[in-house]
Amino acid sequence: MEASMEQKFQEKIDNDIRIEPKDWMPEKYRKTLIRQISQHAHSEIVGMLPEGNWITRAPNLRRKVALLAKVQDEAGHGLYLYSACETLGIERTELIDQLHTGKAKYSSIFNYPTLTWADMGTIGWLVDGAAIMNQVPLCRCSYGPYARAMVRVCKEESFHQRQGYELLLTLSKGTPEQKEMLQESVNRWWWPALMMFGPNDADSPHTAQSMAWKIKRFTNDELRQRFVDMCVEQAEILGVSLPDPDLKWNEERGHYDFGEINWDEFWNVVRGNGPCNKDRINTRVKAHENGQWVRDAASAYAKKQSEKKSVSVA
Amino acid sequence: MDKQVHKFILQLADNELILGHRISEWCGHGPALEQDIALTNIALDHVGQARLFYQLAAEMEGNGKTEDDYPYKRLETSFYNVQLVEHENIDFGYTIVRSFFYDHFYYFLLDQLTKSKHTALANIAKSAIKEVKYHLRYSSEWMRRLGDGTEESHRRVQQAVHDLYPYTGEMFLPSTADEHMKEAYGIDCASIKEQWLTAVKEILHEATLELPDGSWFHKGGKEGVHTEKLGYILTELQYIQRAYPNMQW
Amino acid sequence: MKDWPLYEIFIRSKAGLHHRHVGSLHAADDEMAIENARDVYCRRMEGVSIWAIKSSQIIANDPDEGEELFEPAENKIYRHPTFYDLPDVLKHM
Repeated sequence: MEASMEQKFQEKIDNDIRIEPKDWMPEKYRKTLIRQISQHAHSEIVGMLPEGNWITRAPNLRRKVALLAKVQDEAGHGLYLYSACETLGIERTELIDQLHTGKAKYSSIFNYPTLTWADMGTIGWLVDGAAIMNQVPLCRCSYGPYARAMVRVCKEESFHQRQGYELLLTLSKGTPEQKEMLQESVNRWWWPALMMFGPNDADSPHTAQSMAWKIKRFTNDELRQRFVDMCVEQAEILGVSLPDPDLKWNEERGHYDFGEINWDEFWNVVRGNGPCNKDRINTRVKAHENGQWVRDAASAYAKKQSEKKSVSVA
Repeated sequence: MDKQVHKFILQLADNELILGHRISEWCGHGPALEQDIALTNIALDHVGQARLFYQLAAEMEGNGKTEDDYPYKRLETSFYNVQLVEHENIDFGYTIVRSFFYDHFYYFLLDQLTKSKHTALANIAKSAIKEVKYHLRYSSEWMRRLGDGTEESHRRVQQAVHDLYPYTGEMFLPSTADEHMKEAYGIDCASIKEQWLTAVKEILHEATLELPDGSWFHKGGKEGVHTEKLGYILTELQYIQRAYPNMQW
Repeated sequence: MKDWPLYEIFIRSKAGLHHRHVGSLHAADDEMAIENARDVYCRRMEGVSIWAIKSSQIIANDPDEGEELFEPAENKIYRHPTFYDLPDVLKHM
């Protein structure tokens, strides 16, 4: 029985028929999705913090509203993704609990600090750029609610990358101090941005199954290569160098070659030893705990109101 | 340029900017994801309105002034917002009470402005009042939820009402610029007090909350005398412009 | 205390169109559900009208009943205009 269900399920996937919430699905498919979607949602929420740092320090009002709207969008994206995840039969409170207790992961990039204003631009350009590269194929993911959430996310995300790049472009046309700020920021973010695509394919145990289930459409290394190819030209327009002596065009491959990623650093940050891991989680936990009385008050008020209503109807 | 009208516009702009700045501090730290988004929408409205007023002020002043010169290049004694909006967020309750007191005042003031002969101000007011109607609805609903929610929420929000009420009087106390606006355009902030009190009391009553008895109020903001908190706000707000003067961002 | 209940949100993007399901959110009460929907799903002029309903109130068919509910329509091709053969010279039909 199970085997034939599973076969039928795989046939649907192979024929590009989307899986919807109440359809039968293998337990492992459900679990993989919950892990991936919630990790994605957590990344959006934790991702608000490094940029949120600079909302009160933005250098002019135009930048201030753009940054505020951008960070708000991340909250929105987190919400769309938690909603998609909830269709798999798990509640948001439980997901948030997993984040706060360290059971669930989020993208390691957000464990790096934002030290200068230029970081607001570099995050938009490189971090959002890498995220878009990862996310666009997810719009065709086999699970309907996830794919639909991603369509909405990608539509909104395009302004993020543009605002970041525009910010950097302004710095690139500015004073020597501004150009230095720009280069220093790119130097810090380049390698962590490349790490966002995850381990090399050879070290990525889930990839094959996720590709078969069409949760994933391209491998980590494929996407990383595309990203590098795209960034080289964009860096030239900004007049910045990318901090990799091995970066050069390979005529034969038709791609840029690039240096080896420092995987020790990657795993170290994943294990919780990045510059901001503890800070980020503590901040989220604090926001959640400080909000408890507010959420309780609204629930209590709603209960009182509905009781009043039912009394007046009776 | 009519200096008093210009100053009146800065009073409006500074209120909007400083309150928007404060509310924007919630972004990423809200009590629930949905409320994080809602608070940021409100912050964006406030900063957006501040921009419209600053742009108008810059246009009046000429000399190549821009909207950013006012928020980023003035000293604390040249800010004219009321002290109420400088208050720290403290908790969600304080944030709501601060907005609740201010939104009611601002709504009635904008209502007068929409009918005023000062066309530029009337035009801004007409679009701004739509946003403010929503702010009013938001802060009023949360007053009911928190006031009539749990014992803890009631205690917290009542404390905030108690602490912030003494900062409300200043809104209705005319500055020289306000006096001028009354004579020249019939905009009368003092006349709002009664309307304000009636509306506020009605909602507080529904929320099972009370106003303190006191009739003594802080003042000074409209004339550039602020609480200690404004200096810290400007320290952050103006950091880049002060550290790297005269650059484009 | 438990989390606020889940609501499903439907938005009419402009007059003349159906409300369309856009996603869900949590809210403590109905009023908040509408406001949250406005703040979450209408930040870019996406809507002119909002419907919200508690997810627990949605009535849905069992996906396992798909066969008897939907497949019987598949062989009723005479309900579709292309079922009927007409000469090409005939216009406006």
